[in-house]
Amino acid sequence: MRSPITRSSGSRRLRPAGMAVAFAAAAFLAACGRGGSVTLAGSTAFQPFAEKLADEYNALHPEANVTVQGGGSALGISAAINGAAQIGMADLVDLPPDAAALKGFVVARDGIAVVVNPSNGISDLPMPRIRDVYRGAIWNWNELGGSDAPITVVSRESGSGTRSSFESILGKFDLTVDAIIQDSNGTVRETVANDERAIGYLSYGLVNEKIKALTVDGAPCGKETILKGEYRLVRPIYLLTLGEPSGQVKAFIDYVLGPEGQAMIEADGLLPAAKRDGP
Amino acid sequence: MTGGSDALVRRLLAAIACTAVLCLLVIALFIFKEGLPFLFKVGLGNFLLSSDWRPDAGKYGILSMIASSLWVTFGALLVGAPLGMAGAVFLSEFSPTGLVRFVKPAIELLAGIPSVVFGFIGVMVLAPIIRNAGGGPGLSILAASIVLGVMILPTIMSISIDALAAVPPSYREGALALGATRWQAVRMVVLKAASSGLVAGAILGMGRAIGETMAVIMVAGNAIKMPDSVLDSARTLTANIALEMGYATGLHRQALFATGIALLVVIMILNGLAAAALRRRGTGT
Repeated sequence: MRSPITRSSGSRRLRPAGMAVAFAAAAFLAACGRGGSVTLAGSTAFQPFAEKLADEYNALHPEANVTVQGGGSALGISAAINGAAQIGMADLVDLPPDAAALKGFVVARDGIAVVVNPSNGISDLPMPRIRDVYRGAIWNWNELGGSDAPITVVSRESGSGTRSSFESILGKFDLTVDAIIQDSNGTVRETVANDERAIGYLSYGLVNEKIKALTVDGAPCGKETILKGEYRLVRPIYLLTLGEPSGQVKAFIDYVLGPEGQAMIEADGLLPAAKRDGP
Repeated sequence: MTGGSDALVRRLLAAIACTAVLCLLVIALFIFKEGLPFLFKVGLGNFLLSSDWRPDAGKYGILSMIASSLWVTFGALLVGAPLGMAGAVFLSEFSPTGLVRFVKPAIELLAGIPSVVFGFIGVMVLAPIIRNAGGGPGLSILAASIVLGVMILPTIMSISIDALAAVPPSYREGALALGATRWQAVRMVVLKAASSGLVAGAILGMGRAIGETMAVIMVAGNAIKMPDSVLDSARTLTANIALEMGYATGLHRQALFATGIALLVVIMILNGLAAAALRRRGTGT
């Protein structure tokens, strides 16, 4: 009685694998026949935008096959260099030295909002004071004109693109050891929303009514001030290619930089690329 | 024939038992393979005796994280062990059987709640209470200890209940016959007889506490510094690995595997100490 069951379950296990191979082969052939597929990999911050852009682009161009993977900015850069992906995505202010071999296109900009609890009386901080808070030189709100309470400094894990951009825009420093470390934009927001003494930073698109975004050097974090260059905590989002893009790769980047792509990026909370340049 | 199949079954079971050991061995080998080159490069002293963890600057000191892991684990035991054991004593010695039949499954259900839920409750409820009452950031060793204490409660409690149930009824009857009250019988006879099982429960609870990651990342705050009060934020060894593994490459990645080695060694030392304490107690009585 036992052996037929085993045999049938064995063949059942084989079938999906066989189908997957056939499917992959078909996809591969189709892609080859229609002028090549394009893979994007990298920044998890830009991944959802890239997926939406790819879906639209694939719908507009039935011959195209653009796919998107995450993995983080570091992976995006290495994938673009070693050819695992035709386009790498990175959201860093300072691209690492390895990226010098790549051609970069700024396709969007993301403001980094400095946020506090809504009950906090402070509404503006100059950049040097923000830096002092994050390096631990200022640790009480009364030194910034607020109430007499210790500052809960909230930062991101080392390796986060948001953190490395934030620190390099302010001017490299060592983060205070007292800083609370949260591992995503969302948990930074929750921490600041729950703690009236906290200060944190996160992607501009994720600011909501539970937290208050400070003005920095008098400039509010918003689309106009970022585009005018008045708000300076801004990081670029790069698409990176090895060498001059051509064919479908070029067509996709042109689509992202064109009016439709830029409008989609803007509608979903990022800022359009103000100018087109290399890293 | 019966003898032959007996031997077969015995060998089969032995082989199956060995796979568990093999898993442990393979995991340990893998972690050591990835982490040991780092230890030779950076040096054990710079790794274990420094609290300066700045991977960008080539600093990889985990002393504060070892200390934080110990603080949080003992804090969790301080919360979870008395509650768990007292609960077990009540349920198995003093309560009507109907209550046990209802309460024990309920407690075991507690073990099935995902750690992210415990973490979320810790962040939303516990941390603000601690911040307002004691100061500090709220996300702290104390918050992590309480959350983990509740999380290890089912482990400690169900093993303690089993240990108490394993004490022969004749022990209790003997004590009661000698004129002991119910509580005296429990305190002087039953708890002593069940002590090894109770300690085993605490050890398993401790293992779960030191290895827990998700809830700790959420409620401990993850600051990299030597904690000097339970109200301080702290980063445990597990939190360090989980927070940075996603991005780490090269030496940084190896450093995280080396953190895994340190965690493995800390767990082995703690388990060894507990086992030794158990043996000494066993020979003493």
